[in-house]
Amino acid sequence: MLSRTAENLFWIARYIERAETMARLLEVGGRIALMPQAGHGYRNEWDSLLRASGTASGFAQKYGDPVQRNIESYLFFDRDNPSSVASCIEKARENGRIVRTALTTQVWDALNAAFQEMRALERRPRSELELTQLTEWTMRHTAMLRGAIDATLLRNDGYHFLGLGFALERADNTARLLDVKYYVLLPRVDLVGSGLDNYQWQTLLRALSSHRAFHWAYGGEITAGKIAHFLILNRQSPRSLMTATGEAVGHLDALALAYGCATPAQERARRLLRQLETTSVEDVFEEGLHEFLTRFVQDVGGLAALVQENYLSGEAR
Amino acid sequence: MAIEFFNEMYQGSQVRAPYARLEDWMRAMPAEFRQMKQAEAEALFRRIGITFAVYGEGGDPDRLIPFDMFPRVFTQVEWHRLERGIKQRARALNAFLLDVYGRGEIIRAGRIPARLVYQNAAYERAVAGFTPPRGVYSHIVGIDLVRTGPDDFFVLEDNCRTPSGVSYMLENREIMMRMFPALFRENRIEPVDGYPDLLRRTLASVAPAKCEGEPVVVILTPGHFNSAYYEHSFLADLMGVELVEGADLFVEGGFVWMRTTEGPKKVDVIYRRIDDAYLDPLCFRPDSMLGIAGLMDVYRSGGVSIASAPGAGVADDKAIYTFVPEMIRFYLGEEPVLQNVPTWQCGKPDDLGHVLDHLAELVVKEVHGSGGYGMLVGPRSSAAQLEAFRARVIANPGNYIAQPTLALSTTPTFVNEGIAPRHVDLRPYCLVGERIELVPGGLTRVALTDGSLVVNSSQGGGVKDTWVLAE
Amino acid sequence: MILTVSHATTYRYSAPMRGAVQSLRLTPSRFDGQAAREWQVEVEGGIRGGSFRDGAGDRVEGWSVRGPVREVTVRVSGQVETRDLHGVLAGHRETVPAEAYLCASTPTEPDAALVALAQEAAAGASDALDRAHLLAAAVRAAIAYRPGATHAHTTAAEALALGEGVCQDHAHALIASAHVAGFAARYVSGYLFSDAAAGAQEAAHAWAEIWVNGLGWIGFDAANACCPDDRYIRLGSGRDAQEAAPIKGLAMGPGSESLEVAVAVGASQQ
Repeated sequence: MLSRTAENLFWIARYIERAETMARLLEVGGRIALMPQAGHGYRNEWDSLLRASGTASGFAQKYGDPVQRNIESYLFFDRDNPSSVASCIEKARENGRIVRTALTTQVWDALNAAFQEMRALERRPRSELELTQLTEWTMRHTAMLRGAIDATLLRNDGYHFLGLGFALERADNTARLLDVKYYVLLPRVDLVGSGLDNYQWQTLLRALSSHRAFHWAYGGEITAGKIAHFLILNRQSPRSLMTATGEAVGHLDALALAYGCATPAQERARRLLRQLETTSVEDVFEEGLHEFLTRFVQDVGGLAALVQENYLSGEAR
Repeated sequence: MAIEFFNEMYQGSQVRAPYARLEDWMRAMPAEFRQMKQAEAEALFRRIGITFAVYGEGGDPDRLIPFDMFPRVFTQVEWHRLERGIKQRARALNAFLLDVYGRGEIIRAGRIPARLVYQNAAYERAVAGFTPPRGVYSHIVGIDLVRTGPDDFFVLEDNCRTPSGVSYMLENREIMMRMFPALFRENRIEPVDGYPDLLRRTLASVAPAKCEGEPVVVILTPGHFNSAYYEHSFLADLMGVELVEGADLFVEGGFVWMRTTEGPKKVDVIYRRIDDAYLDPLCFRPDSMLGIAGLMDVYRSGGVSIASAPGAGVADDKAIYTFVPEMIRFYLGEEPVLQNVPTWQCGKPDDLGHVLDHLAELVVKEVHGSGGYGMLVGPRSSAAQLEAFRARVIANPGNYIAQPTLALSTTPTFVNEGIAPRHVDLRPYCLVGERIELVPGGLTRVALTDGSLVVNSSQGGGVKDTWVLAE
Repeated sequence: MILTVSHATTYRYSAPMRGAVQSLRLTPSRFDGQAAREWQVEVEGGIRGGSFRDGAGDRVEGWSVRGPVREVTVRVSGQVETRDLHGVLAGHRETVPAEAYLCASTPTEPDAALVALAQEAAAGASDALDRAHLLAAAVRAAIAYRPGATHAHTTAAEALALGEGVCQDHAHALIASAHVAGFAARYVSGYLFSDAAAGAQEAAHAWAEIWVNGLGWIGFDAANACCPDDRYIRLGSGRDAQEAAPIKGLAMGPGSESLEVAVAVGASQQ
């Protein structure tokens, strides 16, 4: 397929995944704000959410103090924020419009419906819109899009570029979320294992729609080790780094098979997966969670750059 | 003076035969049902994303062209004559193009002034002396027709470059069939959905001689910001070909290649939807970001075909238009089946005098204008508008032509108050390659404003499904 | 005469480019006044593309260079046997009719001064050929030869106002005034052999051709106040310098471009 088409598909997936992460972050914030102990801690929570989403400086420039309503607007509706849900959905839909012919009617309908409904949402008074409505709306539409892709799209190279976009963006997002939790929310080591800590972990799990899955899988007390295992190494956890990396490898291998030749991207992805497979939770904490995650985010970035170079740039021979 | 307009459905209180079944359909439809269907149609158009951005108006880039559910109908006999006339015209226009980029026989014979051809901005010296595969320059000819009576059709203009709108012909039919399946069971209507396949075969048939195996055809678009992008992507999809932008293609070793995820892939035929001036920065506008550097060298050395061929625009110029009947006689030795609208060239002093004396009765157009811009409809203009336009014509007479205000036929159209006659035109799309093909149908454009004669979508016109009844 | 040509053009880029494409009009025209004995065009490290003779009779060849590329060199060398036909382009085959060269392009758009110059010069002419000669002489008188006074995009009107220029400006001004006088006229690029040391600058040369009914295209080199003779090698034509350029190229990438040209035209003994 055209390199540019592959690039558009790749970015549809990345933007959709990013929109979903953004909505999940908003949900975390919303829940924390509902808690009685929010008190003085509340502003900090919102602040760290902005930092987690990588939008703190943009927000500060536009609004100054992190007031909940402004943050909601900024993370959900604001077109000045390139990572807002609205921006991501608009860009995903625009990428989709460009490669309309590479999508099925169902996939296009899902993308276009999200965009058209987003425009309708924007026209409604903000006072009518509860935060949970907005986040649920986002999850519903991203789920519909994934469903349409899985149910209707030909398993050709285009499908794998979409899958690659989802997997790489998810790997990146989970790592960042986890890093923010550990590094930004809770910088002090003596707080690890405290009540506050557990509460924050729970909200994070909830945001990843994983709190039930977690309890089912691990049971008992929430510990940093269990969480790290769940979000980094657990093969059953849909958002873990292991799962996302494994999916990236799967899509790259399928591409190599379809094209009858591999590129350096396959090798790099497999190496990343092997590293995770030979890593234990103890290794992660020994290296330092933040250090480990920083390295992982860089590795994922490097892999994305190789995918760009070998498939999406059009310079491959 | 009141002009008598030909109503394609009613003659007095009598319903014309092709519309007989529609009469019942129309009468049986309650207003609420109609409104529901209209809303349904709009939702369908919006869902499939068929929208149209209006040049220079800003506003909603996802604006829909209004779709009118009341079909326009032709009998087999009427269509047969149109088909003969359209194919004849497409043949003559292509013969003309091959001639003026070759020996220029029609000019040597004194049938067309050399000036109109060789000093025409659309004449491309870069393709002179080149014979494209099968001698075809214009592979898709859009002929704009208007009707003024039961047997009176006039050609308003020819479009030899990249006539747009065919996606509406296809989508209008698709939506009508979805919404009113019963209508299609009761009326036997010739299908139009073979068009994309015919187009692909036409383009494949003009692949260069160097092409081995099944020709690779692509559609070249200026990009997704273009107002007709939907159509480009729609056609690419139905034809099963890649939709490319200039940056997706490059030139090497005398061929054109597209950048794919598996490396370069050779391209044999480019159906371009960008203007000549932007095709190749080495040959035309050096600042073009839309084209492919070196494309023209590959084209001229027979490495790739371009449809329509660069330079095809010299045949659809409004000044050349006057001479199309002459072309038909000269190249084909036939009399034109379809008439031209009488046209005055403001560049000729005698004609200019007539035009200025009768400005209030005429339609005046820019020679190179399109889309209904830069146009005066005399009978519908104020004294101030007339005077302003008069000044423009006097300042640059060669830039204008004038035609009588035609009594465009009307067909019933759904409007707020119910059903009312509105003026229409017709653009069929003729395909020229190994064979000359025409699907039975076209794009009917309708002026939705009461009394308006301007059907262009950029000026508030709408579209209708166009039926040709089987015997 | 037998003229030998050695011509190297080097484009250097400040940053590596993704690739370059060129369209070359670097082969001597075929007409009664010249015949190439041997001729080679080569783009170093390039891939030869399609080649054809265009409607104006010029041999055109496409080339491309794969990236990353920091430097592209076009090398021309060969030997041409020339005859003095007093500027007449006899025996040259082309499809484009002279009528296609009656209109101005941007650099040859006439202004009031060019119109006045053309009208004055042509006033006392005995016939068309005489009128063309007078136009060339008037342009030569109005624009002094001075390298560096003008640039690649200077128009005929600007050069005339300045009163200085190089062969490109003389040719543009002559084309513009010829149009005013009702002639079809065009731009020609080529080589000029000169034994004077000062001529080295203009070894890569340009002049104008004017269509005179009955005679056809006739070359006029206003810069040197003569018609092309056996010291000239004709390469290609166009409405103006940009269209007739022997090398048209484009490199894709962020780098800026610098140019170095070395041309030598010599006469060899028979």
